[in-house]
Amino acid sequence: MEATDSRSSALTVDPSDHVPGGHPLLLRARDITKQYGGTRALDGAELEVRAGEIHGLLGENGSGKSTFIKVLAGVVAPDAGSLKLFDDDVSFPLAPGESHRRGLRFVHQSLGLIPSLDIAENLLVERFALARRSGYIDWRRFYDDAAELLDRYGLKLDPRRPLAELAPIDRSLVAIVRAVATGTEPDHSAAPRLLVLDEPTVFLPRGEVARIFDMLRGLVASGAGVLFVSHRMDEVREYTDRVTVLRDGRNAGTRVTAEVDDSALVRLIVGSQVTPSSAGLELADEHNATVVEVTGFASKSLRHVDLSVRSGEIVGLTGLAGSGYEEILYGLFGAHTQATGTLNLHGRELALRKHTPRAAIAAGIALIPADRLRDGVSGTATVEENLTLNVVGSFFRTMLLRRRELRRRAGELARDYRVRPPNVNLTVDCLSGGNQQKVLLAKWLVGEPSLILLHEPTQGVDVGARADIAGFLQRLASSGASIVIASAEYEQLASLCTRVVIFRDGRASSVLEREDVTKERILSECLRGSAQFAGDQEGGSS
Amino acid sequence: MTITERVETPDVTPDQRGRRPRLIGINGPSLERIALPMTFLFVIVLFSVLRPQTFPTSANVSSILSSQAVLVVLTLGILGPLIVGDLDISAAAVAGLSAMLVVILTANHHMNFVLAVVISLGCACLIGLVNGILAAVMGLDTLIVTLGTGSLATGITAWISNNNTITGLAPTLVKIVVTDQLWGVSVEFYYGLALCLIVFYLLRYTPLGRRMLIVGQAREVARLSGINVNRVRIGSLVFCSAMAGLAGILYAGTSGAASATGGAELLLPAYAAAFLGATTITPGRFNAFGALIAVYFLATGITGLQLLGAQNYVQQIFYGVALLLAVTVSSVIRRTPKPAGP
Repeated sequence: MEATDSRSSALTVDPSDHVPGGHPLLLRARDITKQYGGTRALDGAELEVRAGEIHGLLGENGSGKSTFIKVLAGVVAPDAGSLKLFDDDVSFPLAPGESHRRGLRFVHQSLGLIPSLDIAENLLVERFALARRSGYIDWRRFYDDAAELLDRYGLKLDPRRPLAELAPIDRSLVAIVRAVATGTEPDHSAAPRLLVLDEPTVFLPRGEVARIFDMLRGLVASGAGVLFVSHRMDEVREYTDRVTVLRDGRNAGTRVTAEVDDSALVRLIVGSQVTPSSAGLELADEHNATVVEVTGFASKSLRHVDLSVRSGEIVGLTGLAGSGYEEILYGLFGAHTQATGTLNLHGRELALRKHTPRAAIAAGIALIPADRLRDGVSGTATVEENLTLNVVGSFFRTMLLRRRELRRRAGELARDYRVRPPNVNLTVDCLSGGNQQKVLLAKWLVGEPSLILLHEPTQGVDVGARADIAGFLQRLASSGASIVIASAEYEQLASLCTRVVIFRDGRASSVLEREDVTKERILSECLRGSAQFAGDQEGGSS
Repeated sequence: MTITERVETPDVTPDQRGRRPRLIGINGPSLERIALPMTFLFVIVLFSVLRPQTFPTSANVSSILSSQAVLVVLTLGILGPLIVGDLDISAAAVAGLSAMLVVILTANHHMNFVLAVVISLGCACLIGLVNGILAAVMGLDTLIVTLGTGSLATGITAWISNNNTITGLAPTLVKIVVTDQLWGVSVEFYYGLALCLIVFYLLRYTPLGRRMLIVGQAREVARLSGINVNRVRIGSLVFCSAMAGLAGILYAGTSGAASATGGAELLLPAYAAAFLGATTITPGRFNAFGALIAVYFLATGITGLQLLGAQNYVQQIFYGVALLLAVTVSSVIRRTPKPAGP
């Protein structure tokens, strides 16, 4: 298994590309650089797409994929770099609508469709916006045109059906047809020549994704190109002609898909640097009793999941976006109405179907949700009001809320959890993300919960606060609490957890323990197409 | 639902955003806190200078204090839903219905006034319960729900009164609302003051006040913190209607009668006072004493203008302008500079 030299190939597109028969270049981006504050989202990124190919774009979270797509769409102006679209050199910043005018089309993960309208209205929505001639709409022609469009792309759908009735796969197909058809004049003067798909398959059942690629194949056969951005390595491998991997804002390599194997791709994605594993963590949990047992958990996207956590243990849950692993947290807390199964916590049995946040709190469970300012803290309330919300009742004695004691307690908590600035009268929305997260943690940990559920606990949190938060969690675990972290930040899971459960296709597909808990192993387990690859991965990185 | 799709690592860490620090509570910006009371003082001095014979008299002071008790009680009522994030616009109509009920029951049916009061308040609470169930349990928009129940209450008022003004309220009730005086002011003023103290206590010195605040500011946070959001919202709407019912009884007691359209004119002043009150004492938050001060500030301004010879319509103009000014000021207080994003 050869290690890929990522540095030398970082700045040049692999010259060994042999796309069939010298097809014309559709897009060439060079040296695209974009800096946000102190971080470089893009650092000389390169990409080439040719006519007639489906080109995959891979990379982990934060590798710069999104920023790159935004640059192409003209949403983000890069600090430096050059772009050639078809035969023209394009200068940055792109004018609004320029990439569209030049024949680029985008389909984003959210699809941008309007569920309350019917298919035809979604497909031809721009006609409403552009109806310059008169206010009159010829409805018969409108639906005939929509039907003709659907027919041209092989979709057997009634254009009058409300979009909301469609299966997710059909919605994606409608979104693609719309992208391809939008702005196309009858004389094909502005026909799309490059379609960019930004993770359109994340929420789709695996078996149905092939239909999307059937449609894309037809498109590229007519001379267009497709740039397919994805997390899912198996799809990229199955359906693309070439693949470019971004890492840390650079091009880590472009390969002909048929000539590269899974492990080489994983190495391109994560690089060859050694990341810390949890092997060095104190395994205080080795002989501790199992105190949390979840059996038969099912929710919107999960089924039949069993999970047990010992006291003092930090367990990670992860998977690709859309695999639904975070639903366990919300289900165990009673925040998720569709969850079923049972939770046994310190010998107490709880049925999740009728579970509520109130009962969860009473049972000693705390939830640190990912959407901090919507679910976690009230931005317009003060630090004190947020910190003490869960315990405010105990400060109500002889008919009076002991406001001074409450303030003192809040001040202590803010100090203990290193909230900066330590003024508890500030509203939470003027704190930084990291300090908001500390407020949220302190609010829940003050109740001394025995099971702590965290969803993306360091999302949008600066480096210093990250270290603080990791420290709080380790201290909690060593005092005997059970901690479950659901996160897509593999490096963080690797540094905090002694066990990581990887979810795929609605089930817990594999478990990594102790020295196997490394960023590389987690990533390759997440990306693994199916069980057939088991065993051919390297065991931990060099 | 609480499940949200994960997004890629943010491009900008929130630390880099420039935000103006905002304080609430004892260290709050003091100028904001005293702006309304200072304006109030200024208005009093101004009118005292302009109309020394009529404005600064004990009769005028007594009249302003007692005549506004109805509005004080109604304003305190709508504070409840406002704090938990709901707008109850049925309150004035409920006050009108309650006033009409208590007059009809005592005048036409010669009912004992205590029983009549209990029945009136019961009806008011029932409307609040309907509001609460439709808004919180069924998840309908509170504004629309209370628009409907308000119209319903107005219609019933006109119906049971045959579109007439009904007179002949039990004299005892008139006596204990307006005739009895303490230090030269009708007792109804002290009822309003007492209710203001109770609301102040509930909001500031009980855990309920804190929980209501969070329900209003971040409903999902409240739910995930184990607060029974529906119960808090229903409770607030029932409280609001009960207070509206009380306001209606004071209204009937003050005039000894009830008109078929009575009460409706109180809705706007109540909202103007509630929002104006939120700019003072604890700026940015609806609060009881702020509302009380705002009610009397508005009434004083209007009385002064009328003494200067202004026509009746000055009321509407004054209340309207005050409401707009108050929400503008609150919004400026709340506004924090948006980060200059990429």
